[in-house]
Amino acid sequence: MADIAAHMPDKLTTADGRPLKAALAAAQAKAKRRAFFLVLPLLAFVMITFIVPIGQMLQRSIYHDGFSSGTPTLSAWFAANPKTAEPDEAAYAALVTDLRQMKIDKRDAMAGTRINYNLSGTVSLFKSTARNAAKMEPPFKAAMIAEDAEWGNPRLWQAMRTASNPYTTDFYMVAADLERDAAGGIVKVNENKRVYRFLFVKTFYLSAIITVVCLLLAFPIAHLLATLPMAKANLLLILVLLPFWTSLLVRTTSWIVLLQGQGVANNVLVAMGLVDDGDRLKMIYNQAGTIIVMTHILLPFMVLPLYSVMKTIPPTYARAARSLGATSWTTFRRIYLPQTLPGIGAGALLVFILAVGYYITPALVGGADGQLISNLIDFHMDKSNWSLAAALAALLLAGVLVLYWLYDRLIGIDRLKLG
Amino acid sequence: MKKLLILSTALTGVAFAAQADVTVMSWGGAYTVSQVEAYHKPYTAATGKAVVSVDSENPAPAIKAMVEAGNVTVDVGDVEYADAIRLCDEGLLEPIDAASLPAGADGVAAADDFLPGAVTECAVSTIVFSTVFAYDTTKFPEGPTTIADFFDLEKFPGKRAMRKGAKANLEMALMADGVPAADVYATLETPEGQDRAFAMLDKIKAETIWWEAGAQPPQLLADGEVAMTTAYNGRIFSAAVAEGKPFATVWDGQVYEYDLFVIPKGAPNKDEALEFIKFSTSTQALADQAKWISYGPARLSSGPLVGLFNDGKTEMAPFMPTSAANLTNALASSYEFWVDRDAELNERFNAWLAAN
Repeated sequence: MADIAAHMPDKLTTADGRPLKAALAAAQAKAKRRAFFLVLPLLAFVMITFIVPIGQMLQRSIYHDGFSSGTPTLSAWFAANPKTAEPDEAAYAALVTDLRQMKIDKRDAMAGTRINYNLSGTVSLFKSTARNAAKMEPPFKAAMIAEDAEWGNPRLWQAMRTASNPYTTDFYMVAADLERDAAGGIVKVNENKRVYRFLFVKTFYLSAIITVVCLLLAFPIAHLLATLPMAKANLLLILVLLPFWTSLLVRTTSWIVLLQGQGVANNVLVAMGLVDDGDRLKMIYNQAGTIIVMTHILLPFMVLPLYSVMKTIPPTYARAARSLGATSWTTFRRIYLPQTLPGIGAGALLVFILAVGYYITPALVGGADGQLISNLIDFHMDKSNWSLAAALAALLLAGVLVLYWLYDRLIGIDRLKLG
Repeated sequence: MKKLLILSTALTGVAFAAQADVTVMSWGGAYTVSQVEAYHKPYTAATGKAVVSVDSENPAPAIKAMVEAGNVTVDVGDVEYADAIRLCDEGLLEPIDAASLPAGADGVAAADDFLPGAVTECAVSTIVFSTVFAYDTTKFPEGPTTIADFFDLEKFPGKRAMRKGAKANLEMALMADGVPAADVYATLETPEGQDRAFAMLDKIKAETIWWEAGAQPPQLLADGEVAMTTAYNGRIFSAAVAEGKPFATVWDGQVYEYDLFVIPKGAPNKDEALEFIKFSTSTQALADQAKWISYGPARLSSGPLVGLFNDGKTEMAPFMPTSAANLTNALASSYEFWVDRDAELNERFNAWLAAN
């Protein structure tokens, strides 16, 4: 060995004396470039359809220029005066100047809408005052307060100060059930308006329940599929996949037919005398409906990863354990179950993440208490408050990423097996 | 930034860019059928232009998304009043010159022929629709007669259904609590008034199913899932008269409002869209629509022309939200109120709904 080492040159070179490493890299560079061009379409696709929209969503949740873009003069006054400054004549004069321009540019309603997110009742305030601003005479403070006493409200000025900067955390505050008081301090919103925190917790809680139920149902099915002879397993697999291929809407509405008060399930129970006709079970338009239907819809996402992992587990391991005296429970617990962990992890992660963002099913069968946070995101999309929808969505995304990180730390993402 | 917006919307938009001279986005179901019969077909017959109809759960957010993405595929949208004002305020609609609208069949200028407030800067009303409550006559032969009965579970036991949202529900709750229609919005502006409305809703909360799409309430009634439901009056009419379902409408405490046609900014066939709107909001077209669905025409001159339903025997007048007998205790929905209070009251409504 030492002989060979002694004969080796210090550096490997090619015949023309270039270092081998560099020559190799040069030769491969072209191939690498070609390979990169192959993935370029996918990269562009992911950028355009995924990265850019998510970036826009995040930007929208912290940026709203509906007010600030129409109020250069007032913004300058806010910049020049400290937070504690009472609005003086100069402030009102700046506001009137901006309102006059807003009327011409038709920005008054947008400005009012932005303030309305923090303080109710300001859209019409801005619109009516902007309409009359042209006629106003100094002193403007008196004129504005005569126009509407609301213009003297310190909370309105607080809201305008915050909104004069297009970058804002207001939408995240709303999404966390918080608001600013007149002094600018952060307080919880009135109890009868607190909804988002509660719904976030509920969304994650219901998703966890659905994941666990899916796992309990899918594990025996997947095991059966993995151990049956090929022909029978294929047939069963089709039964698992069939609902997977059916439209989500069709499956959800079929469940309504089955579970509603006058539905198939209740009729059967009443006919069998198990349930009194006047006291039919409430299985839909509530939390139970959301859990039942979502479990059914997400079940294939649990079965398939489990099945693919179980198929690769040699039955000889379990036999070996049994032959060495382990009971069937011990064999399951110490030999079989640990080997299925990558499948359990993949299925649970998949089902959980899908459930957290689910929207159509809870909207249709969730009733009042089976709603998830995604239903409120949709609600605000409809109501044109896209910034709040974006903030809620960003929080949801953050929650999922935290769970993903936890999963990676606890189980390891490299152990994930999707099929 | 705007150009980059919502590319997914832009991509899906391409899918239905069929060959059409005018594309109209509306709410689907019996309502779209009435528009196709009363507006689209006669317009095509008169001008030879093809009209394509697109359904949406609510055209307003779709229009917003399209205009902001810079890929507008519809020329005319059918939206609610508050949305028409808001979209117009946000600069997402083409202005419509009210003076260009044709005069009524009786020669009265359009400005006086349309009901008060029916024509705005960017929108022209077609119909007056109403949120009413309806019940299953097989369950209550001696049916409920007042809005208070809807909230009375002792006198009229059985499940209820209401639209999932604050609008119209809070007004109806207050009227049921004895607030005269004229005072409803003044009361609802005060915290005490809001508490009163929610206290009324509390009475039936445990027995209530919440619907979202207009087609759901007649379905819930037909399935026997609920005994009473709030609904858009035309949907109940279609189920009761056209399909012979045993449903009856209670007009006491109805909340009515306009539905309007708008042209999204950057519509591909803007001029054609305006021609279509002029045609379809004419006296005759509006009167014809009432043959197909029981929504009141937004023009005064259309009223006398409204006759029979398309079955040839049902007199339409008793089913119209605008007929005098139905207006004894009725409330005109206030868009000004909802533009201001929408966010606040829906926040509270959602919190109320989610709390057990």
